Amino acid sequence: MNSISNIIDWFINTGVLNMALIALIYLTVFALLGLFLVLLERKVAAWFQLRIGPNRVGYLGLFQTIADALKLVSKELTGTVKADKFLYNLAPYFVIVTSLMALAVFPFTKDLQAFDINIGIFFLIAISSIGVIGILLGGWSSNNKFALIGAMRSGVQTVSYELSVGLSLLTMVILTGSLQLSEIIEVQKSGWLIVQGHIPAIIAFMIYMIAGTAETNRAPFDMVEAESELGAGYHTEYSGMKFAYFFLAEFINMFIIAAIATTIFFGGWLSPFGITESLPWMGLFWFLVKTFVLVFLMMWFRWTFPRLRVDQLLTLEWKYLLPINLVNLVLMAVIVWLNLTIQI
Amino acid sequence: METAVLNSTTVKKSNFKSEEYFINMGPQHPATHGVLRLLLTIDGEIIKKVEPDLGYIHRSIEKMSESNSYQQIVHLTDRLDYLSSHINNEAVCLCVENALELEVPERVKVIRTILGELTRIASHTLWWGVMGMDVGALTTYFYGFRDREMINDIFEETCGARLTMNYNIPGGLMQDIHPNFVKRVKEFIPHFRSKLPEYDRLLTGNIIFQKRTKGVGVLSREDAINFGASGPVARASGYSCDVRKYHPYSALDKVNFTEALDTAGDSFARYKVRIAEMWESLNIIEQLIDNIPEGDFKVATNAVIKLPKGDFYQKVETARGEFGVYIISTGNKNPYRVKFRSPGLSNLSLLNHIAVGGKIGDLVATMATIDIVVPDIDR
Amino acid sequence: MNNEALQQTILSWFPDPEFPQPQFTEEGSQFLNLSTEPEQLHELMHLLKNNPETHFDYLFCLTGVDYGKELGVVYHLESTVHRHIMVVKVQTADRENPILDSVQDLWATANFHEREVFDFFGIKFKNHPNLKRLFLTDEWEGYPLRKDYVDETNMVVK
Repeated sequence: MNSISNIIDWFINTGVLNMALIALIYLTVFALLGLFLVLLERKVAAWFQLRIGPNRVGYLGLFQTIADALKLVSKELTGTVKADKFLYNLAPYFVIVTSLMALAVFPFTKDLQAFDINIGIFFLIAISSIGVIGILLGGWSSNNKFALIGAMRSGVQTVSYELSVGLSLLTMVILTGSLQLSEIIEVQKSGWLIVQGHIPAIIAFMIYMIAGTAETNRAPFDMVEAESELGAGYHTEYSGMKFAYFFLAEFINMFIIAAIATTIFFGGWLSPFGITESLPWMGLFWFLVKTFVLVFLMMWFRWTFPRLRVDQLLTLEWKYLLPINLVNLVLMAVIVWLNLTIQI
Repeated sequence: METAVLNSTTVKKSNFKSEEYFINMGPQHPATHGVLRLLLTIDGEIIKKVEPDLGYIHRSIEKMSESNSYQQIVHLTDRLDYLSSHINNEAVCLCVENALELEVPERVKVIRTILGELTRIASHTLWWGVMGMDVGALTTYFYGFRDREMINDIFEETCGARLTMNYNIPGGLMQDIHPNFVKRVKEFIPHFRSKLPEYDRLLTGNIIFQKRTKGVGVLSREDAINFGASGPVARASGYSCDVRKYHPYSALDKVNFTEALDTAGDSFARYKVRIAEMWESLNIIEQLIDNIPEGDFKVATNAVIKLPKGDFYQKVETARGEFGVYIISTGNKNPYRVKFRSPGLSNLSLLNHIAVGGKIGDLVATMATIDIVVPDIDR
Repeated sequence: MNNEALQQTILSWFPDPEFPQPQFTEEGSQFLNLSTEPEQLHELMHLLKNNPETHFDYLFCLTGVDYGKELGVVYHLESTVHRHIMVVKVQTADRENPILDSVQDLWATANFHEREVFDFFGIKFKNHPNLKRLFLTDEWEGYPLRKDYVDETNMVVK
């Protein structure tokens, strides 16, 4: 009896219980968030495409994706006979775990932040590039040529666009002087960084959004899936819940890309002109509003643009975005050095 | 023992030899529009060889026709190029009527032409939607279908069917047009005139789309002729081959229209030619819709049609190109041999020629602009 | 060029009376028909395509026909310059091993169409680079569009 209470005490005292609870809450909330992002995407797509979209399950189809998730859970998991079973099963976890890990560092309000580390941005960049390993594994171990081509494209794409994401964020770090996300938001109390940094910040934001869309493998950069070319790309051979992990990860990644942009460029949970400064919980509202506007922007890309070809994708990155980014970095350094930033 | 074998293979494979590999595109694949199977030989992303494997939807319609009456054959042609079903029907009817030296009423000719051009627009709107989808712009599909739906409603009212219409019979039409027909076609023309610029705004002007299609799958005029290409594919290469111009049938000799031509020969040129064709089809319909002559909608034929002994050929311009019906008759109620010259087979045969050297994405864009309908190829 | 002129031009290529002359007819057809022997086929086709007066550069239809005793191929030719149309017919009496010259070196479109004829009629085309079945499977026995083809399970014979 005593030993059990000792163990419980140990859990409570060391914070492991807290950690587990927070992790559980995060997992539930963001799994649901992912599902509703899918629903949002379908609604937005329908809106773009002269359709109504899901409207049967629940009020306005609100439970459609929940029903879809239940269907996927109950589905049989099939796979190719000659697949590398271990890697094949490992791949979806790689993808989903890394995308959930990234969520830990976001400050949703001043107090609502699971993990405030002083290298926040660095952590985000590092984590987001691990996800591609899952895609590469999945594509390679499926023993399917379409999946393999998709995975190889993904490797090429992520390695390339990682540079632009990193560099455009680095440009903003010059302005903030800190990698810690909470501090970055503190800095923005005297004006969102996109205003403070004006021209170079806007350039950095545009590059970030392009590269970020490419990072999430979404149209117009969905070479990895490219359903008209490769069937379903790297997850051709996945079914049921394993497929759902890939699918969910894509949507959570989209949220992460938008959340990073919100935090770095648009003041995170800060309200515009400080209108709700006295209500700290409103921070969450503002954070989500800004993030969803950016998510909507990415959906807008997807439903209007055709897909690039794989060589055009690389041309865009290495011949245009990367040089512009490097020049922009110098420009930002000069602006900070000459104190030309706009402070409200 | 086993490890030794394993090691020797690992050593052999470790010196990074690059190899071409095969990939099966189809018969179930989103970009092959049905059950076409392409055997691709690929080096990384670059296409080395494209070999179509056909026959997944072969129904031997030519053999079936040999034991059917001429009225029945008309129905089989719906199932060839199902997107140009009306024009296919018309081809057989014209062939039979020519053989019988039967003069059909003017009313029939005009109605056939109007419906044929509506079919062409319907086919091209569907192609446009699918074209966008093949290059990754999913939204176009629904815009194309929105306008196609209006045409299908018109068909449904008059012919009773939306896709396989069977409206033509040798000697005229199955029945007269619906009283609403003229009104609804007149509603459609301004509607579609206002929607075509929308197509341009959504897809044609898009920089990514232009990058994906310009200079991709270039077909020279000589090759187009040599490979027997027809329709928009050939016209985009500068080969003027519109059957409606050179061998006008039905009421097409009475209307003014310009043949859509381009000289670039790439996928974008084929795209532009089809868009221009939609405009021209609207012009043709507009010229005819107010002047449908009064009269009978068919002339009486014998219940059992017997063609005189001889060879009869009729070519028409479907949405995909030159469709030909070749009937060899020995004077019986059944044809001795029927050959359907499908535009799709000739157009597909040049795919290997123009796709080699491109990327997988280029192949998909090229195939979309060739606009194949597999039942038309397999017959 | 009208049909008479075409006929004269083509006959002028074969002045030797010993040599089998191509036979012309317009009976029962709206086009000028030309019947030739298998041995002559490729040479005639070559001339028809490359002679600037005829210039038949567009082969728009290639049809295999089973005439009962003979197997034949019908070529529908059009000139993209002169816009005249002509039909060339060739027959072979050998039903066991019918061989004709391939014209796919003259018109690339013949490649697929000759494969189709081979598939359905079993006519072998000499010098065809890839003569295998186009629609049917490689294991298919017989040539279905021949008049003597029987398939008791799949064919409804009236």
